Amino acid sequence: MTVVEVSVAGSPRRGVLSRLVSRLGGGAVQVGLALVALFWLVPVLGLLVASLREESANTASGWWTVLTAPAELTLTNYADLVHNSTVLRSFLNTVYIAVPATVLVVVIAALAAYGLAWIEFPGRLWLTTLVVGLLVLPVQVALIPGAKLFGALGLFGTITGVVLFHVAFGLPFAIFLLRNFFAGIPRDLVEAARMDGAREWVVLRRVVLPIAKPAIASLTIFQFLWVWNDLLVALVFADQDSAPITVALRAQLRQFGTNIDLLSTGAFLSMVVPLAVFLLFQRYFVQGVLAGSTK
Amino acid sequence: MTVAKAGRFAVDPTPGRSPRQAVPFLLPALVLLAALVLYPLVYSLVRSFFDRSGSAFVGFGNYVDLFTDARTLTAFKNNVIWVVVAPAVVTGLGLVLAVLTERIRWATAFRLVLFMPMAISLFASGIIFRLVYEEDPNQGVVNAVAVGVHDLFSAPSPYAGARPRDAVAFAPAEGGFTSTSTYEPGSAVPVPLVGFPPGQVASEASAATQPRAGARELRGVVWLDVSVGGRAGALDAGERGLPGLAVEALREGRVVGRATTGDDGRFTFPDLGDGRYALRLAATNFALPFRGLTWLGPSLITPVIISSWIWIMTGFAITFIAAGLSAIPRDALEAARVDGATEWQVFRRVTVPLLSPVLLVVFVTLVINVLKVFELVFVIAPGSVQEEANVLALQMWQVSFNTGGDQGVGSALAVVLFLLVAPAMLFNVRRFRRERS
Repeated sequence: MTVVEVSVAGSPRRGVLSRLVSRLGGGAVQVGLALVALFWLVPVLGLLVASLREESANTASGWWTVLTAPAELTLTNYADLVHNSTVLRSFLNTVYIAVPATVLVVVIAALAAYGLAWIEFPGRLWLTTLVVGLLVLPVQVALIPGAKLFGALGLFGTITGVVLFHVAFGLPFAIFLLRNFFAGIPRDLVEAARMDGAREWVVLRRVVLPIAKPAIASLTIFQFLWVWNDLLVALVFADQDSAPITVALRAQLRQFGTNIDLLSTGAFLSMVVPLAVFLLFQRYFVQGVLAGSTK
Repeated sequence: MTVAKAGRFAVDPTPGRSPRQAVPFLLPALVLLAALVLYPLVYSLVRSFFDRSGSAFVGFGNYVDLFTDARTLTAFKNNVIWVVVAPAVVTGLGLVLAVLTERIRWATAFRLVLFMPMAISLFASGIIFRLVYEEDPNQGVVNAVAVGVHDLFSAPSPYAGARPRDAVAFAPAEGGFTSTSTYEPGSAVPVPLVGFPPGQVASEASAATQPRAGARELRGVVWLDVSVGGRAGALDAGERGLPGLAVEALREGRVVGRATTGDDGRFTFPDLGDGRYALRLAATNFALPFRGLTWLGPSLITPVIISSWIWIMTGFAITFIAAGLSAIPRDALEAARVDGATEWQVFRRVTVPLLSPVLLVVFVTLVINVLKVFELVFVIAPGSVQEEANVLALQMWQVSFNTGGDQGVGSALAVVLFLLVAPAMLFNVRRFRRERS
């Protein structure tokens, strides 16, 4: 109501000229933002087109020349990629690393978050504070000791080692996010279930988790993409046989100019999954990223 | 009992019944955190005081090494550049774009496009930008645009790469190829050139002929001394003049006349006074074409990598700030507009102050992110310039696992990184404690 009154009172003050200026300004804003969006799209488009051209075409002329010669586009590079056992294996490794690392983080963090939010025990506040403190801890502090530890346990160079490390460093944020969400669930719901004699883990499963679905979804997507996109952790802890696609492609970087066909197709192979997740679950993804941005 | 408890924990829900029940819920998380996060943290701290092999205690020796090692100092310097430039640019850009997107109908699509880089790996983004900045204008789009714009304003040299056949008679010097001997008016000077593909000579070029000079003039011919069976330095049949080439007459090092060759390659300096003159073929004739900038070279590499980080993080800033923007009461903005404030004044005096807490959170988040930058430098900087592009997170990996193999210094670097983010940890803990009370 007030808004309507204000805008009615506001508009007669503006003269024809100022309205014209603001309309032109509006047009300029549209054009400017369209240019910005183009700036964001062109780099990705460039890599995509490069991945669809043969190596000889890529070294002879820029990818933008397909605008005049679209016949150059070919799927040869992707066909080659399908026969490249190193890349295929590393792609599967990425799946084998990302899926368990995500499931484990969600399960373990949900348990811990419930414990911190709904069970009283001495040191509860202290423990929660610790989790908050660990939120921004850089992984670098654990690379050397982690390598030593995994070496002693025989896990160095294995997928299990990479997964465990990802799980440990994914936990602080996961626990923090879920604890905050769990703590916001109405007390009556939890208490009512307890009155009915439900055990704690039944309360978690039947009452808390169904309500917390959005938070679980955001966390799952964030953690999955985080692990999927990782390079550093796998670079340290994985060996040739357990390397994910980022590490496998990294070996081709040295001759960038001549390897562009392999690098661009490989990069797109690794991007397909994140982009699909992003487009399908935009809302949860954005929420997860905003919540986990300090990681 | 329940009421009393609820009173004590005003914010938190009523806790469960028995402390012992917490154990199975917390144990898996605690074991993992203790083994792979807390123990390593302490281990790194202790390890940083021991030498390369870990057997001898060296006190602060590794830290002294850090601050005296040229590579690490470059990394420090670059981290400072990153922290000073990158988060501020992204926060500012995010603010402006968030405010502007409020005025367009396709705001959702716009934010979707700008947020997309957050989904893909830093590794893939690195490859994307390595291609964008490739030096060859036939591969990198930035240099292709740079060359296009450059050639629009100054035409490329007509005879790039061409040179005199006789490097003694016409020696390369500043400003072009200058003749070593001098000539009096009345002479005719032959200037044979090589090093230029005959197929690229302009079509209007005609056969070169030997000029004959009048008393007060200096003449000459510039031709492409390349033909099948032709003699070096002689005008043979089928050898064509090079039209449009700039020639200068010098007297005691100063330019006293300029001429341009005609279709048959001849040039004339009329009305020269008595004396001896040197001839110079201007450098502009032969300059190699502009090929763009070496973006991935040592001097530009850090700005280039920062630009890719800006591309990745701006979507995050926009989305975060837009969320804060939608929480600003519309009344405040409208009231300012009714009072006659321009859009700029509304932005500067109302929007920005109301948003400042959100902007601070975005800025701090970006600073933490910047301190951990690793993949982008690793992928975008070619091996030969990684030293110039180095940052602490990359140097830590290099020293510990790659070429260095010194885990003492590596641990010290990890501790330094930890100390750099420690203020953010305290900030988070304080905020958490405050929100509880």
